[in-house]
Amino acid sequence: MELPVVRDVRFFLAHTPGLVRHGYKPTLDVARDQALWSKAQAYLRPYADAVAYAPHQVLLGNRTPDSLTDLPQPWYNHPYSNSSRRGPHGELMSEEELYGLLRASDGFDFIWLEDGFAAEAQGLLERHPLVSRKDLQQIVGVPFSRIEEKLADGTGALPLTLRDGRVIGLIRRRLQDDSSLAADILLENLAAKATATAALRAVLEGSGTNPEGVQYVIGSGEEAVGDRYNRGGGNLAKAIAEAAGCVDATGCDVKSFCCAPVHAMIIAGSLIASGVYESVAVVGGGSLAKLGMKFRGHLAKEMPILEDVLVGFAILMGRDDGRSPVLRLDSIGRHTVGVGSAQQQIMEALVSKPLDQVGLHFRDMGKYATEMHNPDITETVGTGNVPLTNYRVIAALAAQRGEIASTAEARDRFVAEHGMPGFSPTQGHVASAIPYLGHALDSLRTREYQHAMFLAKGSLFLGRMTQLSDGVSFILEANPGQA
Amino acid sequence: MKRYGKKDMVVVLGSPTSESAEVFARTLTEGDPSWVGPLAGVALGLPVYHVLEPEIKGQIDPQVYREQVSIMESVLDVEAVIQAVSSVRGSLGL
Repeated sequence: MELPVVRDVRFFLAHTPGLVRHGYKPTLDVARDQALWSKAQAYLRPYADAVAYAPHQVLLGNRTPDSLTDLPQPWYNHPYSNSSRRGPHGELMSEEELYGLLRASDGFDFIWLEDGFAAEAQGLLERHPLVSRKDLQQIVGVPFSRIEEKLADGTGALPLTLRDGRVIGLIRRRLQDDSSLAADILLENLAAKATATAALRAVLEGSGTNPEGVQYVIGSGEEAVGDRYNRGGGNLAKAIAEAAGCVDATGCDVKSFCCAPVHAMIIAGSLIASGVYESVAVVGGGSLAKLGMKFRGHLAKEMPILEDVLVGFAILMGRDDGRSPVLRLDSIGRHTVGVGSAQQQIMEALVSKPLDQVGLHFRDMGKYATEMHNPDITETVGTGNVPLTNYRVIAALAAQRGEIASTAEARDRFVAEHGMPGFSPTQGHVASAIPYLGHALDSLRTREYQHAMFLAKGSLFLGRMTQLSDGVSFILEANPGQA
Repeated sequence: MKRYGKKDMVVVLGSPTSESAEVFARTLTEGDPSWVGPLAGVALGLPVYHVLEPEIKGQIDPQVYREQVSIMESVLDVEAVIQAVSSVRGSLGL
């Protein structure tokens, strides 16, 4: 059996304040109260603030998750002076550039950019290392008068705007009456495709991998790609593989709400271990529907609308190279049907059981990567500190086993040492465990610790086909061949 | 509620924070305070309890409670959660 390793990961963030208007919640609320959006616009962050936002710098790899522990909240009041749009784990792009990428990702002329803006976007992307000549050629404009006409003709086109409200283009729907190909759905799908493609290109470039060397791409995003007869039919993965130049790859999508990326990594590891493929990429695109999800709460607190970034990611996995951390296929934790819905039982299935399977203890894990939602975003609207609650449960399980003392001090120490503050944008599947992967690969390579556990949960009940949630986990281990 | 009526009906929550518990409690009593869901403007007036409250805990088999709830009980801010839910009941005389 081949040993599957995780070779590299990249995150691609796009700051999209103008697109917040097209998030599901803002769309719904503004339809009921038009005045709401003019109020909300004043709370959209400029690009420089999004770059200097410490949690984003953690995701890009320019500072560690633990460095947030000493940073007073709210973090948006403490911009990071050493910030950069690029870091070892990824990049954060501006909305002007992202609109250019959306147009380049669109092979069906759904997105129209205004002439002047198309030229501006082209100019901004011209020297970008991940943008090809073909992409640039795709970014063509139309006269503004055509955009005005189209927006007014009642065919369901949506305006595309910048943070300041300026209309720079539109997205139109397919001509026939197909709600699966309506403008808002196509925008969601193109946003996912463009951000995942940029991440895949970045991880290939960063790891020195030829796109032709990837044999399989697994999509793990939450968007439903398809037409009226195949809603959610999927395989955005292959579209992303194509856009990234992976000509020798096919692929498929794996769906399980927020825990799909962890499922996908386990499947990728299994395909490599069995010898079916040598090189597999796991990708996920940004979730447009979740932009501005809690904007009402943020407005009520008179704070910036923090859900203003799309995040795509790409993970490169392959056969043992003697260096990269190993995904231990004997350590898989599963929230099976019989486990039920109680948090306690779920966490036992995802954490305690896998540790037993491989004969390791709670404190053997250098870090636990769980739902990494940024508390700056969630605490202000009453949904609590998600990662902290998870870490306290893991500590309580460790105490129940007698592996740490049953005192509050011992539990707090465990949480501080083996947990971390949340730093991920609330982008659904992106926030579940995956945001820590870049830092875990770094720490496992330098042997700061030997093991890290990744666990993710998914709210299946939201689809109303079951009352259950789902969850999976695995342990990542430093490569045994590494000196 | 349409089928069984309000009599003898109690809602039991398991929400993990006092804030979310209060939102759910208000949703099921005076109507959704965020005006987002289907219960916006619908006052069901149902008594709402949290599973951590002694009135509910006392009715559950201790073995089952240990297996399914005790870890969460040790992690959550039990007093704040109980305070949030019971004060919604209190304010509406439920």
